[in-house]
Amino acid sequence: MAGKKGQTLDKKPLSVYVHVPFCKRKCLYCDFPSAPGTPEEIAFYFRILMQEIRSFEALDSLYTVSTVFFGGGTPSLVDPKYVRQVLDLLRAQYHFEEDPEISLEANPGTLTQESLAAYRDMGISRLSIGLQSANEDELKILGRIHSFEDFQKSYELAREAGFANINIDLMSALPRQTMEKWQRTLQIAADLKPEHISAYSLIIEEGTPFAETWGTRVGRIYLPGEDLDREMYHYTKEFLASRGYERYEISNYALPGFESRHNMTYWTGGDYVGFGQSAASYLDGRRFQNPAEKTEYLEEAREAYGRFKSTRPLSLKSREEEYMFLGLRMHRGVSREEFKLRFGESFPGTYEKKLLDYCMQGFMEKEDDRIRLTDKGIDVSNVIMADFLQD
Amino acid sequence: MPIPQDHIRNFSIIAHIDHGKSTLADRIIEQTGLLTKREMQDQILDNMELERERGITIKAQAVRTVYTARNGEEYILNLIDTPGHVDFNYEVSRSLAACDGALLVVDAAQGIEAQTLANVYLALDNDLEVIPVINKIDLPSAEPQRVIEEIEDVIGLEAQDAPLISAKNGINIEEVMEAIVHKLPAPQGSPDAPLKCLIFDSFYDNYRGVVVFFRVLDGAVKKGMRVRLMSTGAEYDVVEVGYFGAGQLIPCEELETGMVGYLTASIKNVKDTRVGDTITDAARPCAEALPGFKAVQSMVFCGMYPADGAKYPDLRDALERLQLNDASLTYEPETSVALGFGFRCGFLGLLHLEIIEERLEREYNLDLVTTAPSVVYKVHKLNGETIDLSNPTNMPDPAEIDYMEEPVVSAEIMVTTEFIGPIMKLCQERRGVYIGTEYIEATRAILRYELPLNEIIYDFFDALKSRSRGYASLDYTLKGYVQSKLVRLDILINKELVDALSFIVHESVAYERGRRMCERLKEEIPRHLFEIPIQAAIGSKIIARETVKAVRKDVLAKCYGGDITRKKKLLEKQKEGKKRMRQIGNVEVPQQAFMSVLKLDEDR
Repeated sequence: MAGKKGQTLDKKPLSVYVHVPFCKRKCLYCDFPSAPGTPEEIAFYFRILMQEIRSFEALDSLYTVSTVFFGGGTPSLVDPKYVRQVLDLLRAQYHFEEDPEISLEANPGTLTQESLAAYRDMGISRLSIGLQSANEDELKILGRIHSFEDFQKSYELAREAGFANINIDLMSALPRQTMEKWQRTLQIAADLKPEHISAYSLIIEEGTPFAETWGTRVGRIYLPGEDLDREMYHYTKEFLASRGYERYEISNYALPGFESRHNMTYWTGGDYVGFGQSAASYLDGRRFQNPAEKTEYLEEAREAYGRFKSTRPLSLKSREEEYMFLGLRMHRGVSREEFKLRFGESFPGTYEKKLLDYCMQGFMEKEDDRIRLTDKGIDVSNVIMADFLQD
Repeated sequence: MPIPQDHIRNFSIIAHIDHGKSTLADRIIEQTGLLTKREMQDQILDNMELERERGITIKAQAVRTVYTARNGEEYILNLIDTPGHVDFNYEVSRSLAACDGALLVVDAAQGIEAQTLANVYLALDNDLEVIPVINKIDLPSAEPQRVIEEIEDVIGLEAQDAPLISAKNGINIEEVMEAIVHKLPAPQGSPDAPLKCLIFDSFYDNYRGVVVFFRVLDGAVKKGMRVRLMSTGAEYDVVEVGYFGAGQLIPCEELETGMVGYLTASIKNVKDTRVGDTITDAARPCAEALPGFKAVQSMVFCGMYPADGAKYPDLRDALERLQLNDASLTYEPETSVALGFGFRCGFLGLLHLEIIEERLEREYNLDLVTTAPSVVYKVHKLNGETIDLSNPTNMPDPAEIDYMEEPVVSAEIMVTTEFIGPIMKLCQERRGVYIGTEYIEATRAILRYELPLNEIIYDFFDALKSRSRGYASLDYTLKGYVQSKLVRLDILINKELVDALSFIVHESVAYERGRRMCERLKEEIPRHLFEIPIQAAIGSKIIARETVKAVRKDVLAKCYGGDITRKKKLLEKQKEGKKRMRQIGNVEVPQQAFMSVLKLDEDR
């Protein structure tokens, strides 16, 4: 279970993302690469995926795996044996930290006592369950495959199977949603006492059925307006805080100590490698990504390692920019010290001036050396973050 | 083999846009066998790319062809092309003065338009013989007989035996050729008199200097001769004389009386060879210059600024180079608080302005911010001083002003009777003074108005077209200045006055303009992190206000997993949008906002 034996000193932590692009039916708002698959397609996909992972064997000399995340799609939809295969391979190939965070995304209605036991057995420590809403009408609007009852059953089974770190995904600002309906969803979710809650404001993505229904001039009428959207958002923070959850990132809430380590890797500039269709990586200062299109991925998976090797590392400027806009997503914010430690230079003068201006206007606040967005700043964070891109 | 003077024909073609002038010119050139068909480009006369796209002729050009008539004799035909827009009225009149006759080309389906009519009168004023030609007779909607009657009724020209042609399909072109030879007069003028030439155009050539286009009225001009330009008295030694092939200059030894051609004389600037000026023999000058010479005057002014301030020297160079070829373009440096360093440019009219703007953007690759066009106002101050005001920013304090005057034009609008109502309403809205209506036939009339020039330079053409479904046409001439109650309307964005948005309007429309200006700017200015008031003011008095609300929500909830690049692209897009804006105080204003004053028609 502990992974490859041997020396782990002086190695950097690595997060591993594994994309499982299969689902029972695509939700109406979803723009992630995902689609139903036949058993043959699933088997073939994993065969290629394993080859891709093997081609990255050399990473072992540099890294120790600290988190693994199975995302999708619906990873809980495929036979757990595939997940086990992947984990077995990863463990055979890499050193793992003592207590790694291994997460799996699951949808209600796809979890059974047996599958949950299998996940526990293979060392999965964290489940992320997509509830989205506790209201049946909203689940229908979203095109979800489950009812609230399905979710409740899955949640109970997961607890019974021994999962002590569970995330519930929720969505606000849904079509026809009222404040009361959102409060109801939040309340029900919090009452279940999950360790982590992700609450996203709906984004209508181009090219989804949602865009055609709700993104039109007429459709928009049924969407909560900006003001209501922000009210929901602010209420969420307050309400969850009263239940002991801290908002540690724009859309993520956790009980103390249960922040998603995997996601923190993304936001703090840590190294991660993504396997599977469309998966993104940030390794050794280089960003690269697998093809978003399935056949293209399947054809090119074997060249993924070569793509990594031939990618140019990010410039200092890009890394500084990313540090700022990712750092500002988090409650911990950005820090002068950290910046200097990482880039060997202080904030550029333009940053200092902007940070000061935003603090004075109430969009940011200072706490010792750290600067973070205020609630008011989060509401308009894109405008602010764009301001930290350099010319 | 010199051709005798009575075998020369100098003529131009008068036609409304799209009535087929260029096509007919092509056919004439073809018919004279100057070029093989393969060498023919379409529309030889319009060789500037821009002209081709707009379908109009900007600069006068000429071509000399040799036609062997049915009687077996050879004639020299000099076709002088004229610009076809009201902005270039003076240039048209000089080009016509260089001709002895003109072809009036009228579309067999559409009949006479106001513009055509104005140019026909111009031709008749210059004592030209005018031959009507009915074009596009092969169109299903052609009504040649009706058009013939219209020409006779409206202009009083005999038109029963007008050639009925299709320039496009080459039908009856020879009839036109024969009419030119037999109906148009040969040039008058004496070969023995002192040299007298009329300049009708010129352009700058990098190798030869200015190439002057002219018509020899008396005497002859030879290579090596010393000539004098009568308006300035400047003298030059002629380096080269020649005539116009299709699209090329063909040198020759001399140009005799009656001929049309060009000369070069190491002249540095087209400003020195003004259209309408007289060229004479420095050794034996003619007694007096030709009548009708006028120094060009800019009618419309606007500020032109490079969108990227660093491109200021490029803009200066580009204007300098354009001016080499365009004596009617003027410019002088100016600065604006909002826009930085730029130029106040003067133009003959709005079309001229647009052409220059397009050429700067297209040929010189400049991204421009243009302020609202202005006319020249006369400000009479209490201390007796009078100033010509072309930049609203320079308007003196109202307390120092006795009164102001604005230019007005006499306008003729030709319109089918069903649109008389809407067009009169438009003229009324634009402070027009109604002079009269003249019915030229049962369904068509000419409306005569006196209109302030500043009311027609913005979007009057567009408004006219949209309210008449494209049927109205306009011609105007500057009438003079009249006293007028004018005020300067200022725009404040976030409490800061934006000088580049100030403009001068008549008191009676100030409220309305101010209100619409604020509404328009509200649409143009993106929401910021703070609320932005947009105000219109006359002096210290606020007359209209709109508010751009603060951004309420602009947040990316989702983080797309590890796909940081996607997130960054979104932010970059946001940033990119900002780059194309002007910083005014702490407000980012898109470049196009400065042009938004141009589009304020009520119907929109």
